[in-house]
Amino acid sequence: MVLTLAAPLLIVCAYSMLSRGAYGGVELPVTPENYARLFTPLYAGIFLRSFAVAGIATALCVALGFPLALFIARSRRPNLCLALVILPFWTSFLIRIYAWIFLLRDTGLINTVLLRLHVIGEPLPLLYTNGAVVLGLVYGFLPFAVLPLYAVIERVERQDKVLLEAAADLGASSTAVFWRMLVPLCMPGIRAASLLVFVPCLGTYLVSDLLGGSKTVLIGNVIQNQFTASRDWPFGAALSIVLIVAAAAMLYAGRRGGAELA
Amino acid sequence: MNAALELRSVSKSYGNQRAVERVSLTIPRGTFFSLLGPSGCGKTTTLRAIGGFESVDSGEIWLNGERIDLLPPHRRKVNTVFQNYALFPHLTVLGNIEFGLRQRGAGPFDEPVRRVLEQLQLAGKESRRPSELSGGERQRVALARALVLSPELLLLDEPLAALDPQLRKQVRAELKDLQRRTGISFLFVTHDQEEALALSDALAVMNHGAIEQIGAPTDLYLRPATRFVASFLGTMNWCNGVGVRPEALKICRGAPPDGHTPVHAVISRAIFLGPVTQIELRTASGDVLLAQVAQGGDVYKPGEAVQSWWNPADELRLTP
Amino acid sequence: MRLVLALYALLVFAFLNVPLLILAVFSVNAGRFTSWSGFSLRWYQAMLADGNLMESAMNSLVIAGVSTVAATLLGTMAAYAVWKRKSNWFSGSLYLSLVMPEIITGISLLALFQWAFRFLRLQLGMHTVVLAHVSFSLAFVVVVVLARLRSFDPSLEEAARDLGATEYSAFARVTLPYMMPAIIAAALLAFTVSIDDYVITSLVAGIDSQTLPMVIYAMARRGVSPVLNAVSTTLVVALGVLILISHRLRSL
Repeated sequence: MVLTLAAPLLIVCAYSMLSRGAYGGVELPVTPENYARLFTPLYAGIFLRSFAVAGIATALCVALGFPLALFIARSRRPNLCLALVILPFWTSFLIRIYAWIFLLRDTGLINTVLLRLHVIGEPLPLLYTNGAVVLGLVYGFLPFAVLPLYAVIERVERQDKVLLEAAADLGASSTAVFWRMLVPLCMPGIRAASLLVFVPCLGTYLVSDLLGGSKTVLIGNVIQNQFTASRDWPFGAALSIVLIVAAAAMLYAGRRGGAELA
Repeated sequence: MNAALELRSVSKSYGNQRAVERVSLTIPRGTFFSLLGPSGCGKTTTLRAIGGFESVDSGEIWLNGERIDLLPPHRRKVNTVFQNYALFPHLTVLGNIEFGLRQRGAGPFDEPVRRVLEQLQLAGKESRRPSELSGGERQRVALARALVLSPELLLLDEPLAALDPQLRKQVRAELKDLQRRTGISFLFVTHDQEEALALSDALAVMNHGAIEQIGAPTDLYLRPATRFVASFLGTMNWCNGVGVRPEALKICRGAPPDGHTPVHAVISRAIFLGPVTQIELRTASGDVLLAQVAQGGDVYKPGEAVQSWWNPADELRLTP
Repeated sequence: MRLVLALYALLVFAFLNVPLLILAVFSVNAGRFTSWSGFSLRWYQAMLADGNLMESAMNSLVIAGVSTVAATLLGTMAAYAVWKRKSNWFSGSLYLSLVMPEIITGISLLALFQWAFRFLRLQLGMHTVVLAHVSFSLAFVVVVVLARLRSFDPSLEEAARDLGATEYSAFARVTLPYMMPAIIAAALLAFTVSIDDYVITSLVAGIDSQTLPMVIYAMARRGVSPVLNAVSTTLVVALGVLILISHRLRSL
């Protein structure tokens, strides 16, 4: 584990401080240049957009996931419901994104149906938009949010049921019980869910690449580009370091703040 | 050479914390011996050191004249009944009982297995899984699994703790019978003084990693060597520097018989317990004493001023 | 209130599952376009006849097979070691590697390989893909096996030793049988993530190691194709079965 995680990260760290090689790779001398470039408006803007997209997707995943998790926790067949969430979650991420291309593109199913029904006169531009990227992220990462939320709600409803009953006994309406007891008691799971969605969303590459086209460029795409087409490994490494530090810091803060991971 | 087990100055510490400190004891063959003490006193560590699950820092452990403290657990001819029984969940009752015999590799097992199944009333349950057994049955499988190997010493780590109180008394009696019938030496670890007194031929009281006293149950109860032993085995009143058991403390409204010094006290509580009533007294110097009055004797009420006294033969003088 | 919640849940389940169902429906559509024109298996026949697709699927199977065996062995050993001596630091890095964006894992491994190639006369190819897959499946295996070990009573191992088993035989006859369902579940999971991976694979693959997801990606970039619908449906069904079995085993 140390070998598979630490060794590559150390090398990326070293690369980020070196100069660009002629055909990819790295050369001496050591330079702070790569990190300086991060602060140019172009890249600062991409970082900002990546944080915004990941933030919106996370908020949507948690907001959509909580009632679903609540339903599963209270349902008579929780295992079946969980299977309906987990199954699409583990079956090929790539294919799930492709399914949305199939639905969203100009000659896709949604536009075809709407045109046939004469709801619209010409195809709506659905694919290759920021909205498509957020949709793809929510679709892809919703299960990431539902699983920890389900775990915590199930536990709270089983162990702390008496607290919920006490709140109702003291005159709280069911809305008040939900917002003032259930949600605060489930906070560790909500934090965990947010982390589990936000961190991978922040570094997403496939979703923005396939659903965002050239319009929605996020950090993940820039990093991939530096290591392939642009052949600027040191700069790609510097971008990666920022992403890794952000991910590690959030994970650390989440654990300190009592997020229940796994 | 009639000692089943001998510990010679065994010590064990974890970091700075001394768990067991120079513990020496000898368990004669064929006895039921208990290690009694509060939790964290080092009794379980001692047991685990004998079983081979903890290494000792210094000292020696001898089993029937053979030094065993450097042997791995599977080479020691002792077996353990674990606190939660540690039955293998993926094996049947029979699989659990045969486990040790299979490790030895010597067959046939049928005869010893049949005998132990009968001894512990497990016949007919061979193909059950541990999860399908009651608490009492699990405990018997744990015993059977260890006894089928005819160990030179059986270690029992609070084996009654997981049973409910009513079952516990019944199993206690069966355990004692079993030990007598098999003649195997038992080393029984418990924090329950009543259990230890009822079962043991001899017991050792431990506190803070060291042995406070070793002896027969009556010796320890009647002639405790330290204040800790006196208080841990039963209840002890401390009054003017001497100890008196509640059953030896007497109370009266008038003067005590000649030659006895009375202690003035006020009754603060009287609790009816059936055969006896437990009286709580507060002396002028602020000591709280407990006394027992048998059913049918005088009736006392809280607030009443009385005299208490005891026979000097019943008092214990112990340095704190 | 209950009804609203149930309706809502139904909608979300539909959101999660219907897009894949639609792909399945159109994979048996006789026509090329997004309108129904009769049932046909022609796209499945086209898929099986496509040499490039079949070759990449073969590559994927080999890579997933080898890396699953290796990751399961190493991961099980690692989980057992972690369980024996509890380490906070380790579990922290485990979660980090689980949530780490794939692109980061991919470029770190690429950087590592390129650095190693300075000393070894090697190039990117099947071996680097296998190594990469082992390294990212490892975390999944460790998490699954460790979760099972958490519910394992350590005194069972001691009991086995007490009854005369050597350290090795206590592990083999008591601990290993207990871990087994989790080990199989972990292997199935490792196989799935390996078969499925595109981002990391595409970075560390050589010319001889084109995998199925790489071909799917290229097809998806070019646009929608009915053959791709057939490929998708096949893969989803196959992986779905593996995942269901794995899930069953883990909840034993």
